[in-house]
Amino acid sequence: MLITITLNGKKITEEVTADSLLIDFVRHHKCFSVKRGCETSNCGLCTVLLDGKPVLSCSLLTCRVNGHSVQTLEGLQEEAKEFVGFIANQGAEQCGFCNPGMVVNTIALLREYPDPSDEDIRQFLSGNLCRCSGYESQLRGIRAYLDFRKGDAA
Amino acid sequence: MLTIRKYVMAESLSQAYDLYQNKNNTIIGGMLWLKMQDRTVDTAIDLSNLGLNTIEETENTYEIGAMVTLRDLELHSGLNTLTGNAFTACVKPIVGVQFRNLATVGGSVYGRYGFSDLLTLLLAMNADVVLYKNGIVNIHDFVKMPYTRDIVVKVIVSKNNGNVYYTSFRNTKTDFPVLTCCVYHHDNHTGACIGARPGKALDFVMNEEETVTDYANRIHESCPFGSNMRSSASYRGKLCRNLTEYAIRQLQKGESSC
Repeated sequence: MLITITLNGKKITEEVTADSLLIDFVRHHKCFSVKRGCETSNCGLCTVLLDGKPVLSCSLLTCRVNGHSVQTLEGLQEEAKEFVGFIANQGAEQCGFCNPGMVVNTIALLREYPDPSDEDIRQFLSGNLCRCSGYESQLRGIRAYLDFRKGDAA
Repeated sequence: MLTIRKYVMAESLSQAYDLYQNKNNTIIGGMLWLKMQDRTVDTAIDLSNLGLNTIEETENTYEIGAMVTLRDLELHSGLNTLTGNAFTACVKPIVGVQFRNLATVGGSVYGRYGFSDLLTLLLAMNADVVLYKNGIVNIHDFVKMPYTRDIVVKVIVSKNNGNVYYTSFRNTKTDFPVLTCCVYHHDNHTGACIGARPGKALDFVMNEEETVTDYANRIHESCPFGSNMRSSASYRGKLCRNLTEYAIRQLQKGESSC
C-alpha cells in the first residue's frame, strides 16, 4: 500500500506491506531512538507522538498512520533539551535504553499538564518501564526541572 | 507472530461487514490483543475512517463509538461527571497512556475478556451494545452471545445509570487486575458486578432485606472464582468480599471512584 506520513516534519511517501509496523517504518528512516523492548505493548520503549499523542509504535500498523504526523525523539530535540539535563543530573538515565520513550512521553505529559503533581507524573509515565532507576530518580529529575522553570518564571 | 496479507481502510460499515464474513479476515480495533496472536490474517479491516471515534451526548444517553479509545473515556468530562469518575478509575490502571491511546472501546467490548475493567463497568451501568446487523443488544445478553461475525458500532450508556462506584485490585500497577468490582444503585436496586474472577464479570443483585456485610458474604460464597498466575480462587473470594463491602459503603456515602 502506498502511504504518506509526515515524519518529524518531513513528508515521506512510500510503499509498505500490510503488516508493517510503525516502529519498523521509523527505524527504517533512521529514527533509532525508537526501541523494540517487550513486544507485548507494555514497556513504552517504542513511544512516538502520533498527531501529538503518545502511542506505542510497536503496536500500530504503518498503513493506519497514512496521512498523519509522527514525531520521534529525533524530531523533538528542542523540547527535550529543556529538561533531559535535570534527569541526567539525578542519575535517572543509567543504561539509557528506556530513555527515549520516557523522554517522548514526558514531553506529552508536560504539554498536557504544564504543572503536574508528583502523582500526575507517576501516573502518566506508568507505561514506561525502567529496570535500572527504580523511577524515583526520574521523578526527582522532572520535579527539579519543574521547580527550576517555576523559579525562572518568578 | 501476526501476519497480515492485505489491509483495507473500510469506507462504510456495509463494506466492513461484507469483508468480515470471510473467516480469514478480521477487524482491527486497537490491535493490541490481536498483535499478540500467532496467526495469519488475509484482510485486516480498519474502521478508523467511519466516524466511530466520537462520544455523542443525547438528552438521556451517551453514545460511545467503537473506535473511541480508553484514553478518551478517561478524559471525558461528561461521562466522568455522570459516574463519579468511574470511567477514569476503570481505565487508568490499564498499562500506560500510550496503550490507552490505542486500545478501543469496540475491541474491549467485542472481546468480552474476563480481565476487562471496562466490561465490568458497562455491565454495572446496564449499557446497550449496538451491533451492525443485530441492532441493539443489552450488554448482559451480549456477554452470553457466541462470537458472531457482527460488528460493534457503539455502546450506549444511560444517564439514569450513572450511580456507580468502581474499584479494582492489582498485584502491581498497570498489570491485569486480580479482581474488578463495580457496584451500582439504579432502578431502586443495588448490585455489584465482579470481574477478573478470572472469568467474565457477573452481576449480583442485593436483596432488600440484606445488610451490606451479609450481601458481601453472599457474593463471596456464591460467586465462582478461579485460580491463575495472579491469584488463587480463595484469595479472590476474600478480596471480593472486602472490595464489595467497601465499594457499597463508598457509593452510599456518595464518594467518587477516584
